[in-house]
Amino acid sequence: MEKERVFVVVIGKDQKGIIARVSGLLFEQGANIEDVQQKVMDGTFVMTMLADITDSAAGSAGLRQALDELAAPLGLKVMVHNEAVIKAMHRV
Amino acid sequence: MEFGVDEVFETAGMILFEHFDIRAVTLGVNLKDLIDRDAGRLARDAHDRLAGLGKRLVSEARALSESMGLPIINKRLSITPAAWLIEPCAQADAPLVLARALDQAAHEAGVDFIGGFGALVQKGATTADRRIMESLPQVLGSTQRICGFLNLATTLAGMNMDAIVRLGHILKDMAAAADKGIACAKFVAFCNAPEDNPFMAGAFHGGGEADAALNVGISGPGVVRAVVDKHPEADLTELSEIIRRTVFKITRGGELVGRELARRLGVPFGVVDISLAPTTAMGDSVGRILEGMGLERVGAPGTTAALALLIDAVKKGGAMASGRVGGLSGTFIPVSEDEAMIEAVQLGALSLEKLEAMTAVCSVGLDMFAVPGDTSAGTLSAIIADELAIGMANNKTTGVRVIPAPGTVAGDMVDFGGLLGRAPVMPVCRFSGEAFVARGGSMPPPLRSLRN
Repeated sequence: MEKERVFVVVIGKDQKGIIARVSGLLFEQGANIEDVQQKVMDGTFVMTMLADITDSAAGSAGLRQALDELAAPLGLKVMVHNEAVIKAMHRV
Repeated sequence: MEFGVDEVFETAGMILFEHFDIRAVTLGVNLKDLIDRDAGRLARDAHDRLAGLGKRLVSEARALSESMGLPIINKRLSITPAAWLIEPCAQADAPLVLARALDQAAHEAGVDFIGGFGALVQKGATTADRRIMESLPQVLGSTQRICGFLNLATTLAGMNMDAIVRLGHILKDMAAAADKGIACAKFVAFCNAPEDNPFMAGAFHGGGEADAALNVGISGPGVVRAVVDKHPEADLTELSEIIRRTVFKITRGGELVGRELARRLGVPFGVVDISLAPTTAMGDSVGRILEGMGLERVGAPGTTAALALLIDAVKKGGAMASGRVGGLSGTFIPVSEDEAMIEAVQLGALSLEKLEAMTAVCSVGLDMFAVPGDTSAGTLSAIIADELAIGMANNKTTGVRVIPAPGTVAGDMVDFGGLLGRAPVMPVCRFSGEAFVARGGSMPPPLRSLRN
């Protein structure tokens, strides 16, 4: 079976526990985190996680919904992109 | 393969903050094999095929959008030009019977529009072509999701002025057929109409196409505007490079979606249309890009040059990103759908004449603009002839989507709501060209040699 990997992008105000909460949720969803990066860009906290969701029952749609529910009360925005999108747009 | 946080954030930011999306996925469908003397049978068979394919298109596009994390906004169908389909139908109301079945199919499938209710009459009109033309006011006035078109000129065949003269009257009837003249917003008059255009109102599935083809229209005025705004110091050479790089990226996203959706549907991938298409959303505006380049307002001296630079960069960036660029692939400048264009008209910065000049360097033409309700049929024909002549002489596509809004005068505002936006009614030159167009006949095609 082909691997399905997604980039989870978290954008907003830096605060305690973001990585812990997001990675906890990914674990609950059956995803395996392969890479984590974070940076403050133009005053905004940005974190990206590359996650293998091949074994996740809920898939990217379920993951996106769960992340939205987690992020909204924290004032964060979350995007989930298939790895293929990032690859197409940023590599030839 | 590793990706920097900057790269991933750039994609996420384009969608979150700059309105990047896949504007339209349009499945072109051949219906020629359904041609029948019985209009009822033709309509039923067309309905069944389109409802079935449309449902699959909508569900697969939704699923793909979810899994990719890229918004796909509009799902549409385009069909074989309707005039070809009704050729053998003797029944007087065959166009209407077909149109109602198509409209029903669009509703059942959940597609936004079905395009292709039109004819190619650049050199002459068949009986069926004329029947479709004459049916347009009633069809577009009484259906919700049907889009119509006529191709009235090509660079190879010249311009059919007899048909353009008739179209002036048809447009007047079309304007009267529905509230605010909105039926006119679903109709385009073309020169050099592309057969694989995914954008409405002018999409149709041409005679040179396979049984089906999935065409994709991307969008990104907001993205381009953001990068232009970030580089106020760049000279025009640098600005062109910056725009090219950005359009390359968004076109690659569009191509990925198109190829994957075509694979899932089991149909050939057609083209990516790299047009910049504004929406009524704040900031998703082609006019604001031009203003970001340094124009005080769209319509100011320099506007045509700025637009030429923009579209050149869009084409070069897009063409490098996809091996299948097609459709209109220009810059859309629909007045009613672009906040900066609306403002510019209201402030007196942008006139109809300047708008026409702009269309000489970008594709698409005079789009979604309103003129006073008492504009005569002859003047509408003359406006269309002018615009199509630009396309004919310059070997490019041009189109006209004009709304002679009933009961309005110059300076009024017509609010169509939703995607169609609101159009300030633009004044038209008070001197007449009616006697010229009334001569009728055909305008010969331009020379294709002796071009120095």
